Amino acid sequence: MFPLKLVPDNTNIPFLKYRNIAMVLSILLIVASLALCVVRGFNLGIDFVGGQTVRVHFDRAVPIDDIRAKMASIGFDDVTIQEFGSAQEIGIRTSLPEGGDTAAEAAATKMRTAIESNFEGARVTGVESVSGKVSNELFRTGAWALGVAMVAIALYIWFSFEWQFGVGALFALFHDVALTLGFFAVTQLEFDLNVVAAILTIIGYSLNDTIVVYDRIRENMRKYRKMEMVPLLNLSINETLSRTVVTSLSIGIVLAILLVLGPEVIFGFTASMLLGIVIGTFSSVYVSAAILLWLRLKPDSFVQKATGDENAERVTSRELP
Amino acid sequence: MLDFPRWKVWAVIVTIVVCVALSIPSFIPENLRRTWPGWVPQPTVSLGLDLAGGSYLQLEADTKDVAASRLDAMRESVRSVMRRDPRVDIGDISVQNGQLTFMVRDPAKVDAARERLLEVTGSGAGLTGQRVWDISVVDSSRFVLKPTQAGLEEAIDTAMNDAREVVSRRINEFGTREPNVVRQGKNRIVVEVPGLKDPQALKELIGKTAKLEFKLVDTSVTPQQIQSGNVPAGSQVLPYQEGGSQIAVFRNAMITGDMLVDARQDYDPQDGTPGVAIQLDGVGSRRFAKVTQENSGKPFAIIVDNNVISAPNINEPILGGAARINGGFTVESANQLAVALRSGKLPVTLKVVEERTISSELGQDSINKGVLAGVVGTLALIFFMLITYARFGVYTTCALVVNAFMILGIMAIFNATLTLPGIAGFVLTIGAAVDANVLINERIREEQRVRNRNALASVEFGYKEASRAIFDANITNVISAIIMFAIGSGPIRGFAVVLAIGIVTSVFTGVTFTRLLVADWLKRNRPKTIQI
Repeated sequence: MFPLKLVPDNTNIPFLKYRNIAMVLSILLIVASLALCVVRGFNLGIDFVGGQTVRVHFDRAVPIDDIRAKMASIGFDDVTIQEFGSAQEIGIRTSLPEGGDTAAEAAATKMRTAIESNFEGARVTGVESVSGKVSNELFRTGAWALGVAMVAIALYIWFSFEWQFGVGALFALFHDVALTLGFFAVTQLEFDLNVVAAILTIIGYSLNDTIVVYDRIRENMRKYRKMEMVPLLNLSINETLSRTVVTSLSIGIVLAILLVLGPEVIFGFTASMLLGIVIGTFSSVYVSAAILLWLRLKPDSFVQKATGDENAERVTSRELP
Repeated sequence: MLDFPRWKVWAVIVTIVVCVALSIPSFIPENLRRTWPGWVPQPTVSLGLDLAGGSYLQLEADTKDVAASRLDAMRESVRSVMRRDPRVDIGDISVQNGQLTFMVRDPAKVDAARERLLEVTGSGAGLTGQRVWDISVVDSSRFVLKPTQAGLEEAIDTAMNDAREVVSRRINEFGTREPNVVRQGKNRIVVEVPGLKDPQALKELIGKTAKLEFKLVDTSVTPQQIQSGNVPAGSQVLPYQEGGSQIAVFRNAMITGDMLVDARQDYDPQDGTPGVAIQLDGVGSRRFAKVTQENSGKPFAIIVDNNVISAPNINEPILGGAARINGGFTVESANQLAVALRSGKLPVTLKVVEERTISSELGQDSINKGVLAGVVGTLALIFFMLITYARFGVYTTCALVVNAFMILGIMAIFNATLTLPGIAGFVLTIGAAVDANVLINERIREEQRVRNRNALASVEFGYKEASRAIFDANITNVISAIIMFAIGSGPIRGFAVVLAIGIVTSVFTGVTFTRLLVADWLKRNRPKTIQI
């Protein structure tokens, strides 16, 4: 048994047989996610909507209703109270009061005194405030960075492979981002700038997966020039299956440990990445590979480039067990 | 492909040793590092405020201020240049709607007035070679001066640079460690102060413009006039909290803050109340002496940021240029004013548009848990690699460990900051490094098993075939890192920096370094098959 083999040799799973079901599922999930984003919306952090968050550490768990009541009694009716990983780490969020810095400062001080004098063992551990103007900018630059990066990546893949691959990768990325956003709409985990970094990481992983599969498809297209597309794609996915499983598992292990043992501040972050690995792996097989068929990628796409390639073994078909 | 010339082996080893060595100072506590001899380089990765605790403030300047004060200054320049011999009589000079207008009384002197005007506006070319003011004449004798967009932008830029200097000096006076003050965009300044728990005092200090003026009190103005605001043209009404509510002073300042050489908090020699002692420079001292001589017995106002602090009587001429500012100070507020005055006046008013304060306690807790999770995660990963790839798992492990230290070492050279999103970037590059190795190892397996190659050829083809996918995957990551750095804001940039560095080191350790190790092993043992 040593070394460990997680995937048996010569697997021949007809992945693409289920492509129609998978595609329907994917599209349904995308639509559902986007609908959720619209209907339910995000629990946007102050990074994106502006406002003020006072973070408090309690020595023992305090009922959220008590905190809310206390806040209401000193004039803060519209507060959002959230937990950071445990009931002892609480964030109290308010909209930014009218009247600029001084008013915001006064509000924070008022909340601080109220909390520290009313709850034993409570300490204010952080204050964050973002004005509406800045939050708009953060939102804009974040969205821009995401969008431009995705398009630039698709362009590179187009030049490096074929246009179908570029479109496929772009769609796969769109799929991953949409589903992750859906996850945030469902769970209502706070959506802040750090989450944008998490989404960028998911894009990075998913892309890695996609490119590995694409690279093998390109290689096999040059090798087996007469092979039909469906068996060729299946072969490519099967050949890279072991790698996909080992890589996803390695990263999954690390993320799972980070989720359990890591600091509360990055809980949402790690959770979304873990989910992203699953989505990304799925999408590189069923979305980015399957879409090549719909985009009518022809077996001879790489023939021109392949001339003179000493690796081309000129096999017209392969014995599949 | 497995042949490594000697120089290449050494190049790889030296690169690794240097980068790993550079990461060492970051792991050693600061107080221990202080005892090192000075010649030892100490590049360190600093922790971002979200991890280490501290305050982050983003300040925005009101650019309207700059435009207004420029127009005011221009009005004074125009007045004085026209007064010069031979005098050009002008009247009806006013600032309105962002432009300055005045009338030349003798229409025959319009051309002469234009000549003079060009002296103060600059004959056409500013620093950027563009016109700074648009001059036009309407109704044959009325001049209209309008600042051009280019001129205004240049003025804002200068004002922002000055403001950054002033803010930076004030924070340094504040005695915090390693503050970071940088300009951002056209009219913003970002202040980062590690370890600061309560930014209240800091904000007050930065919020003060600290424009100091001494002006004579216009005693001819009656309280009724002050009430109605109807005062002579050369005077103005200013708020005065100590003595009633308002007071009338002459517009012309006898002393301004730029004549200061020093300001210190001290105590009144008579009643011991806190105040600020100031010392004027040569020009200021002489002028102060002269004015106090001429106006003995009359009151003058000490004005900070257009608020009259006190209005003492001049009992005798004040020679030597020393003066005191009194009036309802506490020790703290006096000290704050002294600091603000010493550091000079802010050319613009700044307001806080973003503030983040994280206590170091919260940061420390995050770091502890993060380190624990990181260590356990790494061990699990290493275990997994070892049982999956045996000997090649050892090489992978070496590559991963070296990679992590190299990233830190290179970050230390650039003095980069590690933030929470930076850790995400770290995780992504470690993932990419694992994947590079998995790709190679799987390919070696495949070459040996499916294509029945011998050990040497399997490794050779394994590296060669896997490199293509590794290259393409990492190029796309580089592309996104560059774009994120170019257009993203703070946290996203932190992510991009680590990602960019990590991609380079991941490919280097994952491909080049492991190949070196594998090649060495193959050369020594010449195995027939590889157990993988």
